[in-house]
Amino acid sequence: MDMEPIWLSIKLALITTIFLLFIGIPIAYWLSRRQSIVKLIIEALITMPLVLPPSVLGFYLLLAFSPNNGLGIWLHQHFNLQMVFSFKGLVLASIIYSLPFMVSPLKAAFSHLPKSMAEASYVMGKSKIKTFFYVILPNIKPSIFTAAVLTFAHTLGEFGVVLMIGGNIPGETKVASIAIYDSVETMDYASANAYALILFAITFVIVIGVFLLNRSAVKSPFE
Amino acid sequence: MIKIDIFKKIGGRYGAVDLRVNTTFQSGAVTQISGPSGIGKTSLLKILAGLVLPDSGMVTLEDEIWFDKAKNISKKVQDRNVGFVFQDYALFPNMTVEEHLRYATNDKEYINYLLELGEMKVLSKRYPKQLSGGQQQRVAILRALATKPKLLLMDEPFTALDAELKLRLIKGLSSLFLAQKTTVVLVSHQNDEFAHQNRNVFLLSND
Repeated sequence: MDMEPIWLSIKLALITTIFLLFIGIPIAYWLSRRQSIVKLIIEALITMPLVLPPSVLGFYLLLAFSPNNGLGIWLHQHFNLQMVFSFKGLVLASIIYSLPFMVSPLKAAFSHLPKSMAEASYVMGKSKIKTFFYVILPNIKPSIFTAAVLTFAHTLGEFGVVLMIGGNIPGETKVASIAIYDSVETMDYASANAYALILFAITFVIVIGVFLLNRSAVKSPFE
Repeated sequence: MIKIDIFKKIGGRYGAVDLRVNTTFQSGAVTQISGPSGIGKTSLLKILAGLVLPDSGMVTLEDEIWFDKAKNISKKVQDRNVGFVFQDYALFPNMTVEEHLRYATNDKEYINYLLELGEMKVLSKRYPKQLSGGQQQRVAILRALATKPKLLLMDEPFTALDAELKLRLIKGLSSLFLAQKTTVVLVSHQNDEFAHQNRNVFLLSND
């Protein structure tokens, strides 16, 4: 059996998670501060991939990245980037698609920290940046871990978006979930079963891990 | 001397309250603020610290303007050199007792002195969740002292301490305040704290 789709899925999930850690932490912190109408709209947009059919997101990304359209032409001319039917396109789509899984638990964690904790640090003369790295971030460590693991697991299970903009190119965009679909299409049930079982096992272990961690450290991020 | 003449509309869990304060606090002395719940005692302390900004008015310490709405001056919290003991302690769960003090100052001798003063020496390697309420409260007090603030603001700082320990701690604090010429403003419902030294009482009311 060809293990490449599994590795591709793991690679995609890993890269997406790393990118999202750097993007998600500042966004979540910003959202957890004072509310405003702009933030409300941005938070709604970030949360949309949770409820929107992945095909909707995939469709619009396909249009946006299409080499015949404005953004697609611009990316191609300036960065020589071909986003449709490429791994890079999958990474970008996954970042958008998994954004709520990173941002929402982190935002909850940030807002649960007592305000006085940061204030105590300011009073001692510490800057906002120093306070963020020495007081705020270390105290949401369990939530950062949970958010990262959930993002990883969610990206691993991505199907609709990948199908729309990635297609089914071996070694490039043929991730495990696509490989299952492809195997079933060609009546190769044995391969489909193998891929499905591996995905099931990985995801199961991840979810158990999150539960164990949450029991000892923090409440589930969606509570 | 701290001069404060401010107005602030505060909306807390007790509903909206107009906080209007026009008074002075004597330097190098202990001033106790008392008054009914929800009247704005904590807000007043936070205004002095610069954590909350008044809607109008001014705050000055000696000749230095800390806040002046008309002149659009507001000295940053970080630059005011105040100590603050929060009612909820506001300890850092990721730091041990000693690390709390080290975060505030590099002066090892002074850290040792504070640990002795708060009777926390043997507990210095513990994290907040491994401490009792009274021990946590003492860490909050010691941490506020660690930066050697000119002005120390304390929000009900002794509520979790038993009577004997409280007496010993207040005695220790009194001599420290005297030596460092600390100006202290504290919110408390008790009247026996710092009773033996230069202490003023300021009653906050809304009339």
